Amino acid sequence: MKTFNYHSAKEVKEASKLASSNSAFLAGGMTTIPSMKLGLATYKDLIDIKGIKKLSGIKASGKTIKIGATTKHVEVAKSKEIKKAIPSLAALAEGIGDPQVRNRGTIGGSIANNDPAADYPSACIALNAIIHTNSRKIDAEKFFKGMFETSLKNGEIIEAIEFEIPQKSNYQKLPNPASRYAVVGVYVAKYKRGVNVAVTGAKSCVYNAKDLAGALSKNFSSSAINNVKITSSGMNSDIHASANYRANMVKTFAQKAVDAC
Amino acid sequence: MASLVGSRVERKEDKRFLTGKGRYTADINIANQTYAIFIRSPHARAKIKKIDTSKALKASGVVDILTGEHIAQDKIGGLIAGWAIRSEDGSEMKCPPNPPLAKDNVNFVGDPVAVVFAETLDEAKTAAELVKVDYKELKAVVSLADTMKSEAIHEGIEKNLCYDWLLGDRQKVKEAFDKADKIIKLDITNNRLIPNAMEPRACVVDYNTASEEITCYTTSQNPHLSRLIMSAFGGVTPENKLRVIAPDVGGGFGSKINLYNEEIVCSWASKKIERPIKWVAERTESFLTDTHGRDHITHAELAVTNDGKFLGFKNETTANLGAYARVFGTVTPTYLFGPCATGVYVMPAAYSNVKAVYTNTAPVDAYRGAGRPEATYTIERIVDKAAIELGMDPIEIRMKNFPTEFPFKQTLVHQVDSGDYVAGLEKAKQMSDYDGFAARRKDSESRGKLRGIGVTTYFEACGIAPSPVVMMLGCGVGLWESAEVRFNPTGQVTVYTGSHSHGQSHDTTFAQIAADELGVPFENIDVVHGDTDKGTFGMGTYGSRSLTVGGIAIINACKKIITKAKKVAAKMLEASEDEVEFKDGEFVVAKSNKKKTIGEVAFACYLPGVRDEVKSPLPEGEEPGLKESAFFDPANFSFPAGSHIAEVEINPETGEVKLDKYTAVDDFGTIVNPTIVEGQVHGGIAQGVGQALTENAEYNEDGQLITASYMDYTMPRADDFPEFQLGFTCTKATTNPLGVKGCGEAGSIAAPPTIMNAVINALDGQEISMPATAEKVWKACKELKKSNAKAA
Repeated sequence: MKTFNYHSAKEVKEASKLASSNSAFLAGGMTTIPSMKLGLATYKDLIDIKGIKKLSGIKASGKTIKIGATTKHVEVAKSKEIKKAIPSLAALAEGIGDPQVRNRGTIGGSIANNDPAADYPSACIALNAIIHTNSRKIDAEKFFKGMFETSLKNGEIIEAIEFEIPQKSNYQKLPNPASRYAVVGVYVAKYKRGVNVAVTGAKSCVYNAKDLAGALSKNFSSSAINNVKITSSGMNSDIHASANYRANMVKTFAQKAVDAC
Repeated sequence: MASLVGSRVERKEDKRFLTGKGRYTADINIANQTYAIFIRSPHARAKIKKIDTSKALKASGVVDILTGEHIAQDKIGGLIAGWAIRSEDGSEMKCPPNPPLAKDNVNFVGDPVAVVFAETLDEAKTAAELVKVDYKELKAVVSLADTMKSEAIHEGIEKNLCYDWLLGDRQKVKEAFDKADKIIKLDITNNRLIPNAMEPRACVVDYNTASEEITCYTTSQNPHLSRLIMSAFGGVTPENKLRVIAPDVGGGFGSKINLYNEEIVCSWASKKIERPIKWVAERTESFLTDTHGRDHITHAELAVTNDGKFLGFKNETTANLGAYARVFGTVTPTYLFGPCATGVYVMPAAYSNVKAVYTNTAPVDAYRGAGRPEATYTIERIVDKAAIELGMDPIEIRMKNFPTEFPFKQTLVHQVDSGDYVAGLEKAKQMSDYDGFAARRKDSESRGKLRGIGVTTYFEACGIAPSPVVMMLGCGVGLWESAEVRFNPTGQVTVYTGSHSHGQSHDTTFAQIAADELGVPFENIDVVHGDTDKGTFGMGTYGSRSLTVGGIAIINACKKIITKAKKVAAKMLEASEDEVEFKDGEFVVAKSNKKKTIGEVAFACYLPGVRDEVKSPLPEGEEPGLKESAFFDPANFSFPAGSHIAEVEINPETGEVKLDKYTAVDDFGTIVNPTIVEGQVHGGIAQGVGQALTENAEYNEDGQLITASYMDYTMPRADDFPEFQLGFTCTKATTNPLGVKGCGEAGSIAAPPTIMNAVINALDGQEISMPATAEKVWKACKELKKSNAKAA
């Protein structure tokens, strides 16, 4: 790892001011630190935002759950409010990585990184999340732009993620046996006005599977999507899973999620 | 005093390991040390045109940069193959030179070409990036199946063939096959694995400018052997000026048998730059350059009668050596593989033919089981296939072909001294509730799952030893073991062993057997290993040989101690030697109350002055002191055996395989510490399950390792396993006084075919290769659904 300057910010403004084109915000460091150790990323400045109190915590209202950016996966997994309002979200957090990762990794870090196989982005899309930053509010659909790419601007800091509480929801994933990231992860959420089906792991970026969502909005049962064709074009292909397998698993795991709702 | 052999004594090692106080090579720092970073080939095969170090040499903190040219100038020798194997036609095997730093050609990704020494690790890394190596890339030879048709990698080694070896009688096999009712054929691959010791390789070298002695701390399974090779073949420095210390070592599994490039380079360089050097591998370097394991392609045929008797067996294997032949690289796919390929069975005729070839991949060498997992996988898979084709139960066909009398002359090499294969399989059948499988299968089916059961019976030849035999087979050294037992004047005992513990718990097991022999409390015995300056010499730990060879050397040294102590005790007790009996740590004069403890005798040996009425306790001509050593070379290998039964449940919608039940019944002869043995079996099974279900080292066609991190190389994890059910049967080994057989490799030998037989059973006999990953199994499930639909 190359040497770098470490800053510990106490306020969002301070952190934002320290940011440059050659800096990174550090929360749990579950991706940033390994990338630096492997030489895949180098930064002049690392700005630690874990010390900013207002960025951490869980707030439940009647309609939404708002989770601070530096809230750890373990805190989401164990939160009574989340387990009551959106149990599938707590279960998703419980299934991320391993205990070490869950005890350090944060929700803000996960979505800011937008790993194509990360779990949280699918929750954001399925649960109509709004990403609160220090300068604006961004709809989840507009936030995730592409592989490791988001609409965040330089110096912009995620403060919280606000999820809309659904009537029913469930997240099912086929974990990569090595990394436990999602080979395919499908998040199904049912609202009065319709169903969302967000898929992670399958393509270069999380996406809303509109055809599956449409069929399920009409008839919320796993058989409703039996005849929906899922093409393998655009699907990832690697040593763990071919594009064809992933395409098949999208449907299988969507059905599992519906059955579990 | 109750015997400690057979007792669940708590491990002496637990305290330091469980509290993070183990002292590993990377924990060692020497004042004024420099840090080494190796520059490695990014190409699988290339010519080195030029190495330009000029810019890097000027970088901050750089002490020196050395290349293959410097190695050649100083006439430092390369890495070696420890076993000379001959081809069927009598010709000698062909091995390429393997210089510690490549000078002209690189032959795998990770092959080191230069090394930077700098004041800090950061400076070394920064400078390493400034070293410019100009390569001319060549087409890499990667595919094992095509190797012999590819361009020769090494000059003068045609078809990339190291040897074409035969064990057995082709004519006899032909005759047997001519008589057969049925020939069962099987083409299988034994997937390449990366051993993945949790502690990456490392070395810390200190050159003493006054004594001119080099001390090399390293992650080795056999420090004495490393010193021998480094001195005799590397020519780094004479053996008496070289001290190799392997302190706590965090796992080896065979990958730390070899002396590696880095240890030679750092030892040589430390003397050259007159500074201590520290090198610690990063995980990626471990993936790329630790020796890999397995990697065979096999065509096997089994000749059977209609009622399931075996008549003959053919084993045609191509084995991947990787880029170079290393210490056990050439013997692993021959004498450690070929003889065991006929399994536990009476096999009237058989041969094993192995072509070992070079490819542009990391060197392949011994990995837990070394050859025997490959052999067992082949025979146990084809036996199951025979059962399917003959419509027999897998247990029935095995029972039918077991030898029942021992010693049993195994077809190809071994004289198996003891065993009871029937008893083992019966016990495994019972423990696994084999007869209840049909009901469990139904239950799985009711939940939409497929369930399969798999059986393996194995024997293996380990405790790799008898020097005359191994040297006749081509081994460059004898494989005896040494021990020294020293009594301190105040009665505690230090046991020096040439074996090396890197997870095997020698501190405990060896103390148990010494405590039994000497009648000294377990707490008062310390076991010392891993330092060439402490203890005579040793061949190290691999091939499940520590207890069966090293342990017996300790016992023999203890016996010599008792012999001498008895003479001294007799003198002290004013009795004749014949009247004195040694029991539970006391020398007692028959029919009297007169006795001396062994501690009192030891004290007297070191302070042989006036004691009570005795003027000198030492008999005339007896030297003072109480210390003995022994070298033990057993009469034969040891032959553990066992029966493993597993059940898997497959989700046909996703292809995920869940290992649901695992029963292992093993015969390791006498068991010294059941807890430790169970731990060895657990670890072995875990690695075997890894091979069957998750692990696979994959190179792309350019020779880039695409599974070079834990993000892609799938190590099995605790939650992949059910609770293992372990059972033991015991037929004592007749070739050592304890009756012990090796236990370290059994699990990794038996588990792969056990699991795969279960997976294939669940898939109604459909072939599938290791590892049985989700997508492969999912595809097989779809095929199964199709063929079932057709049949219906």
